[in-house]
Amino acid sequence: MTVCSRGKGRLMIKFDAVNKRFPNGTTAVHELSLTMPEGGITVLVGSSGCGKTTTLRMINRMVDPSSGTITLSGRNILEADAAELRRGIGYVIQQAGLFPHRTILDNIATVPLLLGHGRKRARARAAELLETVGLPADAAKRYPHQLSGGQQQRVGVARALAADPPVLLMDEPFGAVDPVVRTQLQDELLRLQQELNKTIVFVTHDIDEAVRLGDRIAVFRTGGHLVQCAPPAELLARPADDFVADFLGAERGLKLLSLSTLADLPRQPATTVRADETAPAGRTDWQLVVSAKGEPLGWLDPAATPPGRAGDAALLPVRPLRDTDSLLSALNESVASPAGLIARIDDAGVLAGVTAREAVHARAGAAHSAAIEPPRPATAPVGKSSA
Amino acid sequence: MYELFADLGTWLTGAEQWQGPDGIAHRLTEHLQYSLLATLIATVIALPIGLLIGHTGRGAFLAINLSSFGRALPTVGLVVLVFLASGLSMTPVYVALVALAVPSIVTNTYAGMTAVDPEVKDAARGQGMRGHQILWQVELPLALPLIMTGLRLALIQVVATATVAAYVSFGGLGRYVFDGLAQRDLVQVLGGAVLVAVVAVVLDLALSGLQRILFRHRTA
Repeated sequence: MTVCSRGKGRLMIKFDAVNKRFPNGTTAVHELSLTMPEGGITVLVGSSGCGKTTTLRMINRMVDPSSGTITLSGRNILEADAAELRRGIGYVIQQAGLFPHRTILDNIATVPLLLGHGRKRARARAAELLETVGLPADAAKRYPHQLSGGQQQRVGVARALAADPPVLLMDEPFGAVDPVVRTQLQDELLRLQQELNKTIVFVTHDIDEAVRLGDRIAVFRTGGHLVQCAPPAELLARPADDFVADFLGAERGLKLLSLSTLADLPRQPATTVRADETAPAGRTDWQLVVSAKGEPLGWLDPAATPPGRAGDAALLPVRPLRDTDSLLSALNESVASPAGLIARIDDAGVLAGVTAREAVHARAGAAHSAAIEPPRPATAPVGKSSA
Repeated sequence: MYELFADLGTWLTGAEQWQGPDGIAHRLTEHLQYSLLATLIATVIALPIGLLIGHTGRGAFLAINLSSFGRALPTVGLVVLVFLASGLSMTPVYVALVALAVPSIVTNTYAGMTAVDPEVKDAARGQGMRGHQILWQVELPLALPLIMTGLRLALIQVVATATVAAYVSFGGLGRYVFDGLAQRDLVQVLGGAVLVAVVAVVLDLALSGLQRILFRHRTA
């Protein structure tokens, strides 16, 4: 039995020796035993044909297992009425699967209407959700084809949330949108999750998405074998076998750094010059040009002597980082920065100091070895993981 | 040739030609009655079949092949056959017209049902809709444009073919064609044919216009 948690929370979804074979003879899921605790995002990840989607679809009985039991809050789901079970579980799929003949508002109101909440109440709830998922109120009267792919996906999430279900199943929901919109939707999901704290099961084949979103990640291998289930940091630091290590990719160390933030990385005071002042001559170090409010504008090359105001000189770009940014972005900026310094800002965007490239590198190395060293018992290879 | 069309014009526009039990107005009403009733009966038979095989995905092979068979039946032959079996009544006419209309409605309804995006059906099931709710709330509304196309095609075919009623001594616009042939009155034959064609085209335009208004929110 793989337990994807560190003992916090009640057990929510539990697979016990579940198998799924399709009539054509393929085994989609093999001897799956897995528990997911209440709250948090569990990501099921793996290449296509590994059984992750089938696993997800067994939770709301879109697919019934060939053998084994699945319980939801202690209740065997096979004993529940399938349609009623599904009304109590949010379900989001890849192309959103919106009803093309219904307005956005009526799409969102689907489940409340099925539950017999009455049209007025269902629509009021739907209008509320429109705002929750960040859609303008005038989208209510539109039809799905009038929205962009990203907006449709937001409607899909709103529809899944309409009856306020405790569990949300998401089957590659952001797979069909472009990378920029995908990042936005991921951010929105994390923000929503902070507000709502649902138990989310999320399927993706994209390991970066899994690391970004998952509180725990379950890695599946072709043939429906669960190989490892662990929080992202643990997974990246100690993959159970070569298969998981390969799946995580060569930049596994860097991905690990994407999980730590800059919060406790010390800052030094910066040498700055205001944009409306004249830079002192004879400088040998890089200076950061800041606005009157103290926002970093760019680096001033010590070799070039600007004739007038520092703000008029040709500045080299600076990408300032906040404490909530990842160590990985700091590493990137430390390489890109001409001064070998990263600029740090506070929540208001005002310069708070700088950190030297060497300090970032040292911290990155320390974070990596700290992650790898202490062996925790919670993670263990499962099944026949003979890679 | 020019004379013929001039005579045709006089025939079609003559006031006396439109009045009385043999007038155009009465024949047109009869024709529309036969056509609408036959199409209605065909819809009652064909629509449930098309919806059922589309929803369950079962029996499609049989139903589609039977439909093709129905389409291949010679209408006049069918009228004569049922006439010989059942005697003189409107029954042979309706049997033949319904047999003509059913295939278009079954195949188009089935086509409409299978054209519904499987993702949408999957989503409907995943939100907790039951089979009948998916049929009425999702599949039927989405298949409606194609279903209506089927009904339109069926009606046009029936209107064009309802002339056979006159073949077994009943009314309708076919009266002019068959009487004209018997009396060697070419103008009357042409007049009947033109009226049938005009009715078919007007109905087709009206119904496709209605479809466009009804389904203006659809993408395709």
